[in-house]
Amino acid sequence: MTYGATIEDARTPAKAKAQLLRVSRLRKSYATPQGPVAVLRGVDLTLESGESMALMGESGSGKSTLLHLIGGLDTAEAGEILIDGADATRLSDAGRAALRRETLAVVFQQFNLIPSLTVRANVAFQARLAGRFDPAWTDELIRRLKLENLLERYPEQLSGGQQQRAAIGRALAVRPRLLLADEPTGNLDEATADEFMALALDVVAATGCGFLMVTHSERLAAKLQRQVRLSAGVIDRP
Amino acid sequence: MNAKALAFVLLALGSPAAAQGFAGLGGEAAGFEQVVPGKPLVFPQDFGAHPTFRTEWWYLTANLTDETGAPYGVQWTLFRQAGTPGEERSGWANQNVWMGHAAVTTATDHVFAETFARGGVGQAGALAQPFHAWIDDWSFSSEGDGLARAKISASGDAFRYAFDLAADGPLAPQGDGGFSLKSDEGGASYYFSQPFYKISGVVTLRGKEVKLKGLAWMDREWSSQPLGKTQKGWDWFSLHLASGEKVMLFRLRDETGRDFQAGTWISAGGAPQKLDRDDIVLTPLAQNEIAGRTLPARWRVQVKSRGLDVETKPVNPASFMATSFPYWEGPIAFDGSQRGEGYLEMTGYAPQAQR
Amino acid sequence: MRQVFWTLSTLLSHWRRRPGNFAALFVGLAIATALWSGVQALNAQARKSYDQAASVFSSGGAQSLTPASGATVPQDAYIKLRRAGWKVSPALEAAVLIHGAPYQLIGVEPLTLPRGGQLGGQIAARAEGGDFAAFLAPPGQTIAAPDTLRDLGAKEGDRVALDTGKILPPLRSSALAPPGALTVDIGVAQTLLDRPGQVSRLMLLKKPDAGTPPLASVVGEALRLPPPGEEEADLKRLTESFHLNLTAFGLLAFLVGLFIVHAAFGLAFEQRLPMVRTLRAVGASTRTLGAALFAEVALLALVAGGCGVIGGFELASALLPNVAASLDALYGARVAGRLALDPVWLLSGLGIALAGALAAAAGGLVKTLRLPILAAAQPFAWREAQRRFLRRRAILALLAFGAALAAYGFGDSLYSGFAVLAGLLIGAALLLPVLLSAALRLGERFAHAPLPNWFWADSRQQLPGLSLALTALLLAFATNVGVGGMVEGFRQTFAHWLDERLAAEVYFEAAGEPQARRIEDWLKRQPEVQALLPGASASVRLSGWPTGVIGMAADATYRDHFPMLDQTPDAWDAMKRGDSALISEQLWRRLKLGLGSSLDLPTARGMWRVQVVGVFPDYGNPKGQVRVDIDALSAHWPEAPRVSYGVRVAPAEAPRLIAALQARFGQDIARIADQAAIRKISTRIFEHTFAVTTALNTLTLVVSAIALLASLTTLADMRLAQVAPVWASGVSRRRLAQLEFLRIVALTAATAIVAVPLGLALAWCLVAVVNVQAFGWRLPYEMFPAQWASVLALALLTAAVAAIAPILRFVRTTPAQLARIFANER
Repeated sequence: MTYGATIEDARTPAKAKAQLLRVSRLRKSYATPQGPVAVLRGVDLTLESGESMALMGESGSGKSTLLHLIGGLDTAEAGEILIDGADATRLSDAGRAALRRETLAVVFQQFNLIPSLTVRANVAFQARLAGRFDPAWTDELIRRLKLENLLERYPEQLSGGQQQRAAIGRALAVRPRLLLADEPTGNLDEATADEFMALALDVVAATGCGFLMVTHSERLAAKLQRQVRLSAGVIDRP
Repeated sequence: MNAKALAFVLLALGSPAAAQGFAGLGGEAAGFEQVVPGKPLVFPQDFGAHPTFRTEWWYLTANLTDETGAPYGVQWTLFRQAGTPGEERSGWANQNVWMGHAAVTTATDHVFAETFARGGVGQAGALAQPFHAWIDDWSFSSEGDGLARAKISASGDAFRYAFDLAADGPLAPQGDGGFSLKSDEGGASYYFSQPFYKISGVVTLRGKEVKLKGLAWMDREWSSQPLGKTQKGWDWFSLHLASGEKVMLFRLRDETGRDFQAGTWISAGGAPQKLDRDDIVLTPLAQNEIAGRTLPARWRVQVKSRGLDVETKPVNPASFMATSFPYWEGPIAFDGSQRGEGYLEMTGYAPQAQR
Repeated sequence: MRQVFWTLSTLLSHWRRRPGNFAALFVGLAIATALWSGVQALNAQARKSYDQAASVFSSGGAQSLTPASGATVPQDAYIKLRRAGWKVSPALEAAVLIHGAPYQLIGVEPLTLPRGGQLGGQIAARAEGGDFAAFLAPPGQTIAAPDTLRDLGAKEGDRVALDTGKILPPLRSSALAPPGALTVDIGVAQTLLDRPGQVSRLMLLKKPDAGTPPLASVVGEALRLPPPGEEEADLKRLTESFHLNLTAFGLLAFLVGLFIVHAAFGLAFEQRLPMVRTLRAVGASTRTLGAALFAEVALLALVAGGCGVIGGFELASALLPNVAASLDALYGARVAGRLALDPVWLLSGLGIALAGALAAAAGGLVKTLRLPILAAAQPFAWREAQRRFLRRRAILALLAFGAALAAYGFGDSLYSGFAVLAGLLIGAALLLPVLLSAALRLGERFAHAPLPNWFWADSRQQLPGLSLALTALLLAFATNVGVGGMVEGFRQTFAHWLDERLAAEVYFEAAGEPQARRIEDWLKRQPEVQALLPGASASVRLSGWPTGVIGMAADATYRDHFPMLDQTPDAWDAMKRGDSALISEQLWRRLKLGLGSSLDLPTARGMWRVQVVGVFPDYGNPKGQVRVDIDALSAHWPEAPRVSYGVRVAPAEAPRLIAALQARFGQDIARIADQAAIRKISTRIFEHTFAVTTALNTLTLVVSAIALLASLTTLADMRLAQVAPVWASGVSRRRLAQLEFLRIVALTAATAIVAVPLGLALAWCLVAVVNVQAFGWRLPYEMFPAQWASVLALALLTAAVAAIAPILRFVRTTPAQLARIFANER
């Protein structure tokens, strides 16, 4: 099944260590009763395939906004988001839907599983939607994420850690080029968070996709290859 | 002479004319036929209704006795009054209103009834030939031609009567051949009587049947404008003299001017003779309190040219008709230069509070 | 107290943030109250009018002579009675419409009226103003109460036109006038009502004394003196079914409205659980919370109920003319006057609003009060809850169906008929979510693609939130199918029945017997007259039930046309012999008679035993009817006037014959009409009768559409969170909006499909149970597929209209708003 236009660029296999994501001069502000407040004031960022990066910053620094813009969930005012060389900011609504469906995958802090579907259906959902459901890969994911005994359960019947494992399973089942995670461990205790991160990095490595994670935790950020910090709407130059 | 009929009906209808007292009777009569002197009475037509005139009545009063000789009085009256002049309309649109009064009086009792009817629908009416006047189940009808033999009946809450009438004398035109002047201003009516009835029959009074017989007097009168503007009431006498002569006298009491008086002396053979105004002297004697009014109880009645000088007294001083328009009417007996009996009607005596 | 106040204001702050939810609650409660109290007002007004009408003529225990059959008698009877010494006063009364509103026109004869009575008093009071003669003299006067004048929008001296075009005499105000009554002279009334020479009652001013001839010897059987109170009692009994029907519809509408209230409250309680926890945590006691929650419900009931009562008043005012017209036409019951805002009614309206709101909120209230302060760790387990909910529903539904069956099996009254109806409706309402859920599960099983699979699964999850609205729709659709089917069935049956029953082309009634003989002789000599069908009637009471005995000729016309339900093969010959009778369906049911049963008819000369040889339908007649041979009738009721006739002529000749009869006989004919005119009158009665039903039906549908809209609006916020993950997984907003729309239309369509069989069951129940109990006749049960199609279309339209606003809102949701669902900083 295809929904809207497909993006050939996003599908072309990337060269090794090719630039997967390039964000340039990205700007975004929100309207408030006191007038517009600039959240992103010209963000520049690059990420290569297979590379993992932690995006850090204080509350309100614009981390989630940046992630949503990259994830095609929201639209920017100015700047470029090149994913595999194609500019995501120029896409239509349908184009962004296709981008979300086929190239990206997102894991949220609130898990945001589909409440009416079982774990099995949730994991397979996006892959099926994108038309690239691979039973063998899905089974492997399920095994690696230790979801075997939870498949017929519904999200409400899972613990937080279990839900987040299902969420990452859903995200990776589609074999995204880029995995985005927005504080995926924010609702988990430290032990569960560590266990989750280990699993996540393991499966990310297995797919070879890029991984961009927003986090507050220096400890977890340290487990990723690169760390950047967002403050006052721009990336701090280390 | 019973012109009170007009007042009754006007009051019942609440006509503005009534608010002006009896002036209304002399007021707007335009459109109705006027009473003029010299017009002869025509029988049997004049027994029936005259819808071109504003008002008329059929009136019978009787002095009777039971088998023990105790005196009774009986009254039967039917009035017709037209609301507006013009061609008589049929059905409920008919402009006539009919009213009946009936009463039975003894020395100790006086019962009466009143009833109303609309014209045009058959509830009341008066036909000339054969004569039949009725309202509800009250009826006055001739047996055969003319009025010489007739039946009369009525009923009320406490009484019911039915009598046979037989006249042994002729009809008597009043005034000048039936033209009866009522005021100095020219108010008048057509008026004739049958004073020679012998009456007999049965009255059921408070559940008790009594056989009665005696003398009766019938009046027929019609007009459109009988009274003067300032005439506020009247006293009317019908007298059966022991000699067989009959006398009718009335006095119209005038608020401002001289009272108007008139009368007729009818010989035992039936020849009527008009009496001069000054020939008649009517003097109230003792007063009597009834229904909040002070009324003359006894009268001195004089007709000077005929040497009549009698004192009347009522069979029952409480013969008061507390009808829509109240008045006193009842049998009387008299003594003096002549003996006899008759009927007296007194109207226009206001209750004390209103004096 | 202070605690309660602050708790209450905190609870109320919720509504400011959820105006849609509040609107649903408010509108639901207001409409429920409006429909209920509107119907109550109509019933109360009608009953008040019966009492008033009775008291106008029976003040101080006075009695009236009333026509033994029919609505009027010739005024000849009045004259005869007066001249026999009966102290009676004639009146002619009828309901008239002015600007569509009903008034009671009373024609009186002021001279014979007792001055002390209310009718005489009002005229006498005017007379003191010096204007009594004006009442009688053309153009006369119309005496009315000051309130009535205000209702008419007229002032003294104005001449108001009836809706028939006839103009009333100038108005005069009298404080003594009965409310809603217009008193005119009897002659004026006869002209206004086109009833020349007819009276509808003779007020008896005085009991006749021993010397007065008995009634029958004066007017035969034309008039009777009903025992005191009989008139009102008959009227109340005859109209009871009508009022009960009205009440049932009011109750149904009320329940549908309460569904909305329940849904809105339920949602609000659910949404406020965290707030309640916080309130408890900061020290609000259960009692404080309970008092605050109760105060909130009471406040809402007061405000919304107040608006509802006013709405109900308006509704009742709008429906009153139709109610009045059908009561007048069906039962001769005159309903008049303006609806007055009666404080008792107002309070009871608020009371029912409060009771309804409490009932609708009870579940949520209890749940809120029992809530543990600390939230359970796992989120709301909807799936488990739904399973329990459905199981409980299914069990309750079976119980309701069982009760309906029991009521049908064992009941034998109108109440049990309504119990069947209620059981059926409640059972179906309870079962609907179970059925829908099963259907959706089936869909889920057969859908393998992810999006359809999600569509079915998600619809199933939505069900509890929508089920109340869908249930309300189900009830509305089902009543539409059911009542619509019944009305349409009746319309067709009635039209067909009228065609057969109105076999003659011209009908007339002579003013009296001698006139009838003259007209009959003349008609027999007219070459165009094919047949002359005389009729006569008498009144009897069979088992206390007013019944008309109609004499008719066993003419070929009747043999060919007269509609019968059942008859012996020789029915008409048997009837002609004079020892057999046809009986109406109502009588057949009430007296439980069969063909061949014998029936004793009380006559003045003792009992007359006849054999039942046929049963005929007599739709709309609240009284019983027996039909016998006319000569046999005359033999047993010699005084029954033979004054009614049907005349068979070629239809084209009918107008000419009527004109000729009128020209020749004039006042000798009391009434004359051709077939078309009678058909028109009958049809109009029918339309009036069902106008109220149809109006309430439509309102119920509107209410349930509002319920759906309200549910969708209140769910819209929750939907966003449910749909966002799907959107994030790469489904466009447009596509999601399409699916949302499709979901609502599909659910509504499924509801409508369930509603059709339910509606058919309802229609069957109405024609076979309720109508038989209420009116004594049974309609043929017919199906109208075209009507189902229109209900289905209506359902889809309703769904589309209700869904359009929430879906537009969804489509307009910006990605930023959707993305915010995922934002951590919420």
